[in-house]
Amino acid sequence: MANSASSENHIVSVRNLSFSRGRIRIFDDISLDIQRGKITAIMGPSGTGKTTLLKLIGGQLYPDAGRIEVDGQNVHALKTKELYDLRKRMGMLFQSGALLTDMNVYDNVAFPLREHTRLPESMIRTLVLMKLQAVGLRGARELMPNELSGGMARRVALARAIALDPLMIMYDEPFTGQDPISLGALVHLIKALNSTLGLTSIIVSHDVQETAAIADYIYLLSEGRITGQGTPQQLLQSDSPWVQQFLNGAADGPVHFHYPAKDYLDDLLSSQ
Amino acid sequence: MLEIFENLGKSTFGSLAKLGRAVFFLLYTLNGIGVVLLRPGLLLRQMYSVGVLSFLIISISGLFVGMVLGLQGYYILTDFGAAESLGVMVAASLVRELGPVVSAILFAGRAGSALTAEIGLMKATEQLSGMEMMAVDPIKRIISPRFLAGFISMPLLAALFSAIGVMGGHMVGVTMLGVDDGAFWSQMQATIDFHEDIINGVIKSVVFGFVVSWISLFEGYDAVPTSEGVSRATTRTVVNSAFSILGLDFILTALMFGDI
Amino acid sequence: MQHSRTQDILVGFFVACGIVSLFYLALQVSNLGNYDAGDSFTISARFQNSGSLKVKSPVSVAGVRIGRVSAITLDRESLESLVEMRIDAKYNNLPDDSGASIYTAGLLGEKYVSIDPGPGLSGKFLRDKSRITNVSSAIVLEEMIGKFFLNKTAGN
Repeated sequence: MANSASSENHIVSVRNLSFSRGRIRIFDDISLDIQRGKITAIMGPSGTGKTTLLKLIGGQLYPDAGRIEVDGQNVHALKTKELYDLRKRMGMLFQSGALLTDMNVYDNVAFPLREHTRLPESMIRTLVLMKLQAVGLRGARELMPNELSGGMARRVALARAIALDPLMIMYDEPFTGQDPISLGALVHLIKALNSTLGLTSIIVSHDVQETAAIADYIYLLSEGRITGQGTPQQLLQSDSPWVQQFLNGAADGPVHFHYPAKDYLDDLLSSQ
Repeated sequence: MLEIFENLGKSTFGSLAKLGRAVFFLLYTLNGIGVVLLRPGLLLRQMYSVGVLSFLIISISGLFVGMVLGLQGYYILTDFGAAESLGVMVAASLVRELGPVVSAILFAGRAGSALTAEIGLMKATEQLSGMEMMAVDPIKRIISPRFLAGFISMPLLAALFSAIGVMGGHMVGVTMLGVDDGAFWSQMQATIDFHEDIINGVIKSVVFGFVVSWISLFEGYDAVPTSEGVSRATTRTVVNSAFSILGLDFILTALMFGDI
Repeated sequence: MQHSRTQDILVGFFVACGIVSLFYLALQVSNLGNYDAGDSFTISARFQNSGSLKVKSPVSVAGVRIGRVSAITLDRESLESLVEMRIDAKYNNLPDDSGASIYTAGLLGEKYVSIDPGPGLSGKFLRDKSRITNVSSAIVLEEMIGKFFLNKTAGN
């Protein structure tokens, strides 16, 4: 599906990417494309390097082979300054929120504006309050990060990520460890931001229900390869046993419940 | 037997690699100093957490060290009928050695460990990474201001330590033990030289401030981003700082006062 | 980012304390405070041996410090020690026939120059660049001990 003619519509394109950490091969020659203006999900079991992929796209890690283009620029060929300019157009929502712990909510959201613009403080105030309003936390502006719940911290981080009006936002496990109410709020927020701000969203997640509900396109990653891709409907109808196991959360299947071990009976009976 | 050599080789390469990282880190940090000077607000905040919060421990320690010097010096010097030299003894030990060295070690324990823990936790909670993704260079924004604050604060703290120590020695020697006030000061002033002693002491504390700030920030930045990693890094900061301070003190003393 | 006023004040206080301490050390603890800011004049004296006299050693009259040694050089012609002393301008009434001697404070103490005012027969006083001719050199302990033993052996 990835031909160069349609690359205009792709904000991110990953080609033949390989990456290893120590002896562990995390990506083995993968290629994928993220369409502009859509919500694309990258899913897979824990430990398949989904977060690593986001860090590669953000230029924080360097691949062993292959190239990643963001908005037409080869991320890993950029000079530091160009990379930083590119990053101003990307937002990233970390799993922990990564709020700066020595500043309150207001200053956290104002941080990128103060670092990158010379806007007067009155204008910054307006912008910050708008972004906080968008995530529903305008009333929490005086709180410190340690006074926020996990869901609230993530929403503040989201307000901060959209402060500079980026082209795209990368969400790292946005749904993990949330109670149903903040989960609903986040799902709604991601969807709403994507449609109202015209953003491109990349969601890295292993929460099938929530992700499938809002994603336009899903890539499934496993053992360093792409094992399935398509719209949520296509994937649900997929005949691949692995895809079915992952989407339905079956305990056993192509991915075994047991970590590879020698025969159970032999193990019990052997004396050592 | 081979294992011993293998481990030795591994740890040698490990240390060399770490040293290399530390040097690059330092160069990068120094490169960011210019940015800090354009934003004095950042520096001011760090001067508060590095300098002001060390103020009390340094002052109190300085007072007690000076008082002990006064007491011990008096006992030793009276045996030689030279109690009037107490001022010289107190001031020379403080200005040349104890001021820079003890305040640097206290500084490493108070401010250095706090810096390591702070940076290490920022790394563990992805704050540094998050900053990078917001296109803000964490070294320029976070590390350089702290480095400069440590570098500026250390000589001031060492001077404070020595000055309060001299007052402590005066309090014990003159007020409590009855050494002649005039002799205490005049012998001190006749012996302690501004260039030889005071300036050399300040140079020492500047060097110590540089090294302690470097070690603390690097250990935090290089820490394994887990709670155990951060706690180990904090310990390493205190231990490595103490070693470096004492080792450098010998080298500096030899260069300044000796003929080695 | 929020600048609290207390923080600013405390940092200012801290820096001020540090700088005051430095000045305190410089002026109260070290000899910097004794560099007389006021006028002074330089006199010199030639000693056969200035011993361990050092630059900045005190120069005194009747036990009162009136100046400091400013330079010690070897006079190339006479091969004697030429000691220059900087004297406070207010002590401009030292007779020009005064004598200078190098003494030791205590048995093992510091060397200093003592000026013994002369009778003032000429009615003139020591001025800038004056030279004291009536001098007695430092007592070198080793020489004295040497002489003592020499006399002993010669006596026997």
